[in-house]
Amino acid sequence: MHNTRYIIVFVAILTLVVALILSLMATGLQPIHDRNEAVYNKKAILSAIETTMGVEAASLGAEEVQAIFDEQIEQVVVDMQGNVIEGVKAEDVDLAQERKKPVASRRLPVYIYNGSQGKVYILSVRGSGLWDEIWGSIAVEDDFSTIVGAAFDHAGETPGLGAEIKDNPNFSAQFEGKELYEPDGDYTGIVVRKGGAKDPLHEVDGISGATITGDGVTQMIQTGIKYYEPYFEKVD
Amino acid sequence: MAETAIQKTEVKEKEPLFGPKEKQLLSDPLNDNNPITVQVLGICSALAVTTLVVPSVVMTVAVVFVTAFSSLFTSLLRKSIPKQVRMIVQLVIIATLVTVVELTLKALNYEVYKQLAVFIGLIITNCIVMGRLEAFSMANRPWRSFLDGVGNGLGYGAILIIVALIRELFGKGSLFAGSALEWKIIGPSAEYMLDTTSIGWLGWYQNNNLMVLSGAAMFIIGILIWIHRSWNPKLVDVS
Repeated sequence: MHNTRYIIVFVAILTLVVALILSLMATGLQPIHDRNEAVYNKKAILSAIETTMGVEAASLGAEEVQAIFDEQIEQVVVDMQGNVIEGVKAEDVDLAQERKKPVASRRLPVYIYNGSQGKVYILSVRGSGLWDEIWGSIAVEDDFSTIVGAAFDHAGETPGLGAEIKDNPNFSAQFEGKELYEPDGDYTGIVVRKGGAKDPLHEVDGISGATITGDGVTQMIQTGIKYYEPYFEKVD
Repeated sequence: MAETAIQKTEVKEKEPLFGPKEKQLLSDPLNDNNPITVQVLGICSALAVTTLVVPSVVMTVAVVFVTAFSSLFTSLLRKSIPKQVRMIVQLVIIATLVTVVELTLKALNYEVYKQLAVFIGLIITNCIVMGRLEAFSMANRPWRSFLDGVGNGLGYGAILIIVALIRELFGKGSLFAGSALEWKIIGPSAEYMLDTTSIGWLGWYQNNNLMVLSGAAMFIIGILIWIHRSWNPKLVDVS
């Protein structure tokens, strides 16, 4: 049996050694962690314009992602009145944080991709799925209506059901070519239809067993893209 | 006094570095004393991370690292660890190693880190790790403790990978998705929703969604325990 003083000294030394090792490691690796996280988020944005770029975002290396962002993507942040906020980069805006603010004071990120076929605007949307938050990037042509691609992610949807919005490339592929606006200029958004799309212009097939997640996607696009409307009008 | 006596006897025993006893330490957890199918430990993560093979392999490597080195360090410190606080000390060692694994994985492969998410952190509560420290490392020398840790990590990992192979093949129709070896084996190709004419081998196969859910892993582990028991006569209760 050891005495109390020995125990205290032993535990104190152990804790100090462990704390030193871990803090050194955490600070040492911090720059790499930050870079990895930035690349991960940028890849998620690029996966919305895979068809436009002609490459799969997942196959891009860290340098390639950075090169596309440096050379071909213009980052803009707009306020709810559609005015461009100077001095902020879109990648610094965290929609999860913006969602907690009152609607009127939110900031919205816009990534403008300058490709060979003109400009593509990548818009960010965020909403609620069945269990937790869902979010996505919607890429539109410069008419702000025709979708060229979409990518979704989620915090905790059911694997095999709601999680298919991310895992099943066929779900997001359906958004290509859909229209956010009616020909006469009214906003309709995109509807994820349970039992199969009826309107070829504005609807996509829902996923069986993921009705609520699908409704969440519909809702997220409906409100999320609508926030960008003042910006669309100003750019036009 | 008692402690010095133990030390003396240990110095006297000169044994080969890798004798039959050491071999047994490595092979026992793979078969006769498997942590999952015999001791039924570590089930939580075995149900959760086994949807795909690649994360399961990463998880195996992480657990082998943690069991091996926590056993080693606990064994090195076993004579100086105060008995009253030994479990807390073991927990500190395990938690440190798990954090090291987490920080390393986050730097090396961010995507797999995202997939495994909370389950790397939960290695801390994996009963296999602490079980080995209490049952073996506190009473054995470092080298043997290290081997025992490696063996138990591998025994856990072997079951994890078997379950993942079955679940990924029948749940997603692929193997090793997410790595360079990605291989689409059965069922319709990825474009089937857009182009129903492009179908792969056994194109009529519909992915079994049950396999993607944790419940399937429970059935598979149950069947593995059954097979293991009928194949290994040592495991059958005579009573």
